[in-house]
Amino acid sequence: MTPDTAPPARPAAPAGAARARHAVAALGRATFLALVAGFFALPLLWLAAAPFDAHPTITTSMPEFTHRNFQALLDNPYVLSSLGNSVLQAGASAALVVVLAALAAYALSRVRVPGRDALLYVLLLLSSVVTGTAAMVPIFELATRLNLIDTHLGVVLTLSGGLLPAAIFILKDFMDGTPTSYEESARVFGASPLQILWHIVVPVVRPGLATIAVWSVASVWGSFLTPFILLRDPGKAPGAVILYTLYTEGGSPRLDLISTFSLLYSLPVVLMYVFVSRRYGFRFHGGIKR
Amino acid sequence: MTATAPYDTDAAGLGRGRAAGFVLPALVLIGVFLIFPALWTVYLGLTDFRLTGLAAADPKVVGLENYTTALGDERFHISLWLTVQFVLGSAIAGQAGLGFAIAWALRGRAGPVKRVVEGLVLLAWILPSSVVAFLWIALLDRDAGTLNALLHTPGFAWLLDHPMLSIIVFNVWRGTAFSMMLYGAALSNVPPSHLETARLAGASTFQQLRDVVFPRIRGHVLTNLLLISLWTFNDFTTFQITAGGPEGRSEILPVYIYNVALTGGRLGFGAAVSFLVLLINLVLALVYLRLLRERRAVAP
Amino acid sequence: MISLRGLTKEFPGGVRAVDALDLDIAAGEFFALLGPSGCGKTTLLRTVAGLETATSGRVVIGSADVTALPPGRRDVAMVFQDYALFPHMDVTGNIAYPLRIKKVGRAEREAKAAGTAARLGLAELLARRPGQLSGGQQQRVALARAIACHPAAFLFDEPLSNLDARMRLEARTFLKRLQRELAVTTVFVTHDQGEALAMADRIAVMSAGRIRQVGTPAEVFQRPADTFVASFIGSTPMNLLPGVVEDGTARVAGAALPAPASLPEGAQIVYGLRPEYMDLSPTAREDAFPGRVSVVENLGTSFLVTLENDDQQFQAVVPEDAEPSPGTPMWAVPRHSRALFYRDGLLVGA
Repeated sequence: MTPDTAPPARPAAPAGAARARHAVAALGRATFLALVAGFFALPLLWLAAAPFDAHPTITTSMPEFTHRNFQALLDNPYVLSSLGNSVLQAGASAALVVVLAALAAYALSRVRVPGRDALLYVLLLLSSVVTGTAAMVPIFELATRLNLIDTHLGVVLTLSGGLLPAAIFILKDFMDGTPTSYEESARVFGASPLQILWHIVVPVVRPGLATIAVWSVASVWGSFLTPFILLRDPGKAPGAVILYTLYTEGGSPRLDLISTFSLLYSLPVVLMYVFVSRRYGFRFHGGIKR
Repeated sequence: MTATAPYDTDAAGLGRGRAAGFVLPALVLIGVFLIFPALWTVYLGLTDFRLTGLAAADPKVVGLENYTTALGDERFHISLWLTVQFVLGSAIAGQAGLGFAIAWALRGRAGPVKRVVEGLVLLAWILPSSVVAFLWIALLDRDAGTLNALLHTPGFAWLLDHPMLSIIVFNVWRGTAFSMMLYGAALSNVPPSHLETARLAGASTFQQLRDVVFPRIRGHVLTNLLLISLWTFNDFTTFQITAGGPEGRSEILPVYIYNVALTGGRLGFGAAVSFLVLLINLVLALVYLRLLRERRAVAP
Repeated sequence: MISLRGLTKEFPGGVRAVDALDLDIAAGEFFALLGPSGCGKTTLLRTVAGLETATSGRVVIGSADVTALPPGRRDVAMVFQDYALFPHMDVTGNIAYPLRIKKVGRAEREAKAAGTAARLGLAELLARRPGQLSGGQQQRVALARAIACHPAAFLFDEPLSNLDARMRLEARTFLKRLQRELAVTTVFVTHDQGEALAMADRIAVMSAGRIRQVGTPAEVFQRPADTFVASFIGSTPMNLLPGVVEDGTARVAGAALPAPASLPEGAQIVYGLRPEYMDLSPTAREDAFPGRVSVVENLGTSFLVTLENDDQQFQAVVPEDAEPSPGTPMWAVPRHSRALFYRDGLLVGA
């Protein structure tokens, strides 16, 4: 990281100077990485310590080990059901998004439609904005009219609609980078388009599908606003909403419940990421790894 | 000079009809749950619809009144300015800058150090928003927060005295992972021979970055900046930390809309502001796309 | 067996990749479509396969007009340049795939696949994935897959270009023998004239969407129909020297050579002769091209000598003991029996 200030004609630069420069650079890099690691680890430490602490406080400190907090958690009626709801909503959304996005992305990638790039960009833009607070009211009204208030289906459909543009964008990019010769070869052998899709395309783009599935699950798992608005029955609320109620319920927040629930609630997503990245690696923008 | 002929990319022989059928289900879902609410928001922005009261039962079309009110509203201006700070500070400088720095520091390295650092950065991104919001509340708590304990500054009210700084640092912590991964992949695609050529010609690290690396990844940089700018612009998570406070000092646009529309009950007005936000996003995106197209024309 | 009549393929934007082509390929023939990049040979192949729809004209395979039929129903098998082996299936699965589409039962199709694989020396590789095979092995799997469905014709798109130089020569011999055994009509596309000459029974030389010449390798080599074919065929480029007919002789590059009787006085001609048919003489001769040796290239058992003369440049191939030194003045003596005369680009009967 230090600019080379030595003059070009250096007949016998001592090897020591070069080695010293390397050592300084290495030290700089090590320090930087240590600082980065510390910065990212710091807020997480509480999550590692507090759930096991008999007397948890806001400060991160060495816990007095206990598993009573988990017991207390199970006593709360909505906790486990909320995790189940999260699984249901995330799983259903991911399935819907993967299937619909794969079909659409394939068609858009292979068949030339005028204006498709512009369309995709517009949809992408919309999905970044509309899933925020902007369209809360219309979504609420729409769900009411369609009888989707307080249903899992309503949450799944709304969230999937928001995820689809980005999913299609990423998958299409991925499929554009996949050679067409596999499909053409199968076609000349007599395979129908659906056969080609199922036998050839899906297996080849599996890493892209896995990426989208994981990303959908993670997005829905952590989604707060939509279920907050659309659901009434606490028995249907997913983890994100329950957690919010746990620490905003008047009086002093129950840190034992919050910390333990946070840990449990976070675990599935983390495990899922670890599993998928080990299996498929992470291709974030399919187009980069060409 | 051997350009391949523009062969038919419809490799499986879908045909227009079937292709339309493939796109239809996704389009229906998007149409109903994304486009329709967006259009309705536009309509709402033209009314005086409210949560309660007379205007709730019988909203009237008031034309562009909401828009003129918004554009003249001091609170809206403040909120817009805060959002700009938020995006510039946490996304463009913070996430992209830090993400690139980490990717550069880790490039070509394998092993436990890389795995640990990347793992921690990714963890910050994966954890659900409600959880990280609370973790940061805990971290920055004035009496018992871990940060004050570490720095031996008890009673220092980060969230109250420096709300923007707090949420900016929070958002950098939260979102760096995406940029880090993207730049990591882009950097690994820079052929080592290019960097070596530059180094042999006497280029310093900075010059190598400027002359070899950036030209190659310029397209990815722009796409990355566009995405994180849009996401940050519309991010609602900070609501769970500061709720826009204290006294609106961290009230970025998404929180402003929530406060005005749901807490304040002015739904029509809120919808109008939402539409303004959409327009601003559109302009942003167009600027980026323009830059992207220029790079494409020039790049090898 | 395969007939093309007036076949045209025009892409959006007005590019005519194939321009009103007529062609007949006999049954069991090993036929080459040869030409430089962009000449339309691959487009032609894809149109025969059905992957591109013809803009006008007809494609007949066997006795059936297949112009309107989709690719899967034309009874052809195509091997792509990158082999297109499905990465997620093993060798057996790949070879058996066409049979799977034809709804052949699993046991039967795997047995057939194994049989075809054995025939091509792939018996030990059946459980491997394409990523675990060498280039040559991948090619044979792709061939096995094409053979397994017993099509009426094979279509190969640049079958050898993904192999390294050594492998390519072995593969040439292998392919030629295989095709003879199978006796299936085969059309292959290549840009390598040596490959086409070595493997094909007949060659169509293409340029800019049109066929310039159809003939056996010998015909195309010894009597190229126009200057394009003349310059394209042959491992060393043919000498093409401009000249003019005066008093019954051709005056070309400082030499006086016998001209065909059919050429009128004053006709502008191009004289074509392969370097292999040029001998070098250190002494001056009227019927030889004068020049000075500029470059000498070692070809192993011979040398390629480039001579320069004012604005002209020509080449000769001499045996390995007769290497001249650069700078020496030499006369290149053409063998008249091998000389070709071109007028307005076309071959004149000798």
